Amino acid sequence: MFQPIIVVVGNGMVGYKFCEKLLAKSSHFNIIVFGEESRIAYDRVHLSEYFNGKTASDLSLSTESWYADNGIKLHLNDPVQEINRVEKIIHSLKGFTVKYDYLVLATGSSAFVPDIPGVEKEGVFVYRTIDDLDLIKNYAVNARVGAVMGGGLLGLEAAKALIDLGIEETHVIEFAPRLMPRQIDSVGSGMLLSKLKSLGLNIHLNKNTAAFVGEHKIEALKFNDDTSLPIDMMVISAGIRPRDELAKLAGLHTGTRGGIIVNEKMQTSDECIFAIGECALYESMIYGLVAPGYEMADVVASYLSGNEKGFYGYDMSTKLKLIGVDVASFGDAFIAEPDCRTIVFENTHKGVYKRINISNDGKYLLGGILIGDADAYNMLLQTVNNKIALPPSPEDLILGSRGGEVNEGAGVMSLPDDALICSCEAVSKSAICSAVNDGACSVDDIKKCTKAGTGCGGCIPLVKDLVVGIMKANGQYVKNVICEHFEYSRQELFDLVKINKVKNYDLVLDHFGKGDGCEVCKPAVASILSSLWNDVIVKQDTIQDSNDRYLANIQKGGTYSVVPRIPGGEITPDKLIVIGQVAKKYGLYTKITGGQRIDMFGAHVNDLPEIWEELIDAGFESGHAYGKALRTVKSCVGSTWCRFGLHDSVSFAIEIEERYKGIRAPHKIKGGVSGCIRECAEAQSKDFGIIATEKGWNLYVCGNGGSKPQHAQLLAADVDNETCIKYIDRFLMFYIKTADPLTRTATWLNKMEGGMSYLKNVVINDSLGIAEKLDEEMQQLVDTYHCEWKEVVENPALRKRFAHFVNAPEEKDPSVKFEAMREQVKAKW
Amino acid sequence: MGTTTTVDIEWVLACYTDDVPENGGACVKHGDEQIALYNFSRRGEWYATQNLCPHKQQMVLSRGMIGSTGDDCTPKVACPFHKKAFSLISGACLTGEDYQIKTYPVKVTDGKVYIGIV
Ligand SMILES: Cc1cc2nc3c(=O)[nH]c(=O)nc-3n(C[C@H](O)[C@H](O)[C@H](O)COP(=O)(O)OP(=O)(O)OC[C@H]3O[C@@H](n4cnc5c(N)ncnc54)[C@H](O)[C@@H]3O)c2cc1C
Ligand code: SF4
Ligand code: SF4
Ligand code: FES
Repeated sequence: MFQPIIVVVGNGMVGYKFCEKLLAKSSHFNIIVFGEESRIAYDRVHLSEYFNGKTASDLSLSTESWYADNGIKLHLNDPVQEINRVEKIIHSLKGFTVKYDYLVLATGSSAFVPDIPGVEKEGVFVYRTIDDLDLIKNYAVNARVGAVMGGGLLGLEAAKALIDLGIEETHVIEFAPRLMPRQIDSVGSGMLLSKLKSLGLNIHLNKNTAAFVGEHKIEALKFNDDTSLPIDMMVISAGIRPRDELAKLAGLHTGTRGGIIVNEKMQTSDECIFAIGECALYESMIYGLVAPGYEMADVVASYLSGNEKGFYGYDMSTKLKLIGVDVASFGDAFIAEPDCRTIVFENTHKGVYKRINISNDGKYLLGGILIGDADAYNMLLQTVNNKIALPPSPEDLILGSRGGEVNEGAGVMSLPDDALICSCEAVSKSAICSAVNDGACSVDDIKKCTKAGTGCGGCIPLVKDLVVGIMKANGQYVKNVICEHFEYSRQELFDLVKINKVKNYDLVLDHFGKGDGCEVCKPAVASILSSLWNDVIVKQDTIQDSNDRYLANIQKGGTYSVVPRIPGGEITPDKLIVIGQVAKKYGLYTKITGGQRIDMFGAHVNDLPEIWEELIDAGFESGHAYGKALRTVKSCVGSTWCRFGLHDSVSFAIEIEERYKGIRAPHKIKGGVSGCIRECAEAQSKDFGIIATEKGWNLYVCGNGGSKPQHAQLLAADVDNETCIKYIDRFLMFYIKTADPLTRTATWLNKMEGGMSYLKNVVINDSLGIAEKLDEEMQQLVDTYHCEWKEVVENPALRKRFAHFVNAPEEKDPSVKFEAMREQVKAKW
Repeated sequence: MGTTTTVDIEWVLACYTDDVPENGGACVKHGDEQIALYNFSRRGEWYATQNLCPHKQQMVLSRGMIGSTGDDCTPKVACPFHKKAFSLISGACLTGEDYQIKTYPVKVTDGKVYIGIV
């Protein structure tokens, strides 16, 4: 059978990858490789790790036997010297003459060495191959001061390497006015500069080297401005030069500034000769990164095995490794206003600079720069590459306004299946998903079976998040079942109870659960039942948490607190007097709460019904402080008294508190209404917060005080009273139906895929088509409100439960003791 | 419930069956002692334990929620304060700590509930 002969010139990263890809696609070829270096292909990207303990064989991309096993004839240490295109023959240095059907040039590039007098002196090096590094290493032993010419990506990496080698004083000489001019803007450069200085690098910008001074070996640098710098050694990293000399000699078209010109199939001006990697010039551009080189290798391998595809440019996003400072640039880093909107975050103290460029319509991320903190790099890059729609406040992308656990997995999982996770090895999200589904369960496993993360390694954090995310989704960490008695999440159980119209706990357990229940599922079901049927809670008192069972909060020492509702924090003097009288009569400690009402502490369980009877007679209602329910709607005094007030915040707060009082939810709910932007009611720390604007109200949701504070986020702006209430109705009902037990709205939102924009869509745009139902369900809850304490006070059988001893109902718990404090009492125990 | 030392047990009348809520508890006074009595009606069983939660010395176990755990459905009560759970049979702590609470036998005749004091 005819086996076309493929000769590969160059056994660097891309040449090797080409062989690997071609073998994977077809076995019909006879492959012969010529390499100039004496080693088999190695990982140049991680070259610097050679100074951090990695050996040459650690860096090796494969083994000699790999070539033999795959029938590849490998000639090392034997550069190709000449191509005879007419006869399709190459000649090597060692004298081999080989006929080819196709020739693949993967000759890479060499360090660009500027033509400066004295450049040939001893002690001047380039930074490209393992051999270069060996030379540098040996020379560094006797050197104290080192310099790197070039403040680009590679130059900074080389400078760090010199520090690692123990050079006492390291200088970076940059001709341009800033560092990494190809990747970052000047503000970013400034930030990087100060960071690098603190790492011990001496950086000289705007310095033009005129000569390398010294007898035989280098002794100093002389600059154009007549200054000079004494040094012992010098590493040149002033850019790369494509190795096109062989191609030029053979008469192939090359670029004026170097590079073998190719078309989208990587064909040179001779259709049997291809060029890939750093030597190839596609549309006037050299791609000096490994990922595009691999893609070029794939294009040629595909073409030769009969599947045409093209190369159409490549993402040049990069993250600097090793240097000890995070630096990344991605997408279109330099596009500026008016072609886009730019958001910049700067913290000079911490040395953090972040810039993102956003399309003018605010929908897409175009690119950006990260310095000092590049944790977000992978996700941002994915956001650019997959054209993921941005959240309404894109600054969150770099400020990270959302709480801690939030991003864990969720963001990665929302990427499309074909999102390119590892660009070096072209591994997509779906490839990683199927690897996990086939049993891979760590980054190392993924590296082995997909090669993702084996290139530049920048994608490893993303791969890790993905692995965790998929495993979770697969139930290796099973869904949030309520407890051992119910194999359902709260939301699932909610729907089951609703559809089957089950109205008490035992039936729910019989139908959907097993065993005898416990302290976890009982209150969870109780909350579902009351959210659905709004029935009197004390009718099924034993499935309630103690607080709900006694309609009061149990306190230290076993007494209870009494909290009447004071809507919006507004109270008449008469009612204040009643509270005072009741507290005095029953020996209760009183305190104003953070929610603008009055708590009375230290009530014996036996006294509760009488206390409430007196309060209810005076027109009070239960404050539901004991329940997972609406607590208070805090308000500022608003336009009625405050000279800044835009609207009557108190009236609105009262209306809202009256509307949602008594409604049971997965957790407590708090609200707030402020009469103007000064926000005296702290509405943005509430589950829902309303702030008056010139045109109406701004509605914020999912805020949280507590141990993990979180600001509420804007749900709707400038809405009228009616609309505001409608949105709160839907928001609360959606929360009640879908949140896990004991989950506050903030956490609920944080775990919600799509976050705030998703919630907005559901509430405002009715994206799930359930708005009408939510409205109805909420209205039904509002219509069936009842004061739980009134129910108890009027029902002798229920009252009877409020005894400490069944066999001595009049007697109080003798273990309850108080002691005096500031003219009141406190529990002693 | 079962115990072999029937001879030494003094059966004390605690209350009537309908004094204790179904699937819930109530506290019984016996001299200076407080005993938590549970009406596990779902299983048709009665249990009694000390009322004092050993965790923070709170007199509250009778107000805790009862339920079961494990494949053998061990009956348990969970303290309303910090949700430490105890076996209603052995009194052992089921939430991993070294607590032990006292349990008492219970018998029901003619709608009256008796607690056995050893
Ligand atoms: C220090 C350093 C850090 C880098 N860091 C990154 C990074 O973080 N991310 C990234 O994407 N890229 C990085 N790069 C760039 C990356 O290494 C290159 O893009 C990649 O190696 C290009 O592969 P290549 O095969 O085209 O060229 P090379 O890997 O240079 O291979 C070309 C090979 O061809 C040989 N050759 C040349 N002419 C002939 C001939 N006539 N006959 C036979 N053999 C010949 C050369 O000796 C060489 O071995 C870094 C490079 C360096 C030096
Ligand atoms: S929020 Fe505005 S209206 Fe309300 S009290 Fe403060 S300043 Fe006055
Ligand atoms: S902050 Fe802590 S101590 Fe204070 S009332 Fe809340 S729960 Fe109790
Ligand atoms: S007091 Fe009972 S669990 Fe803490």
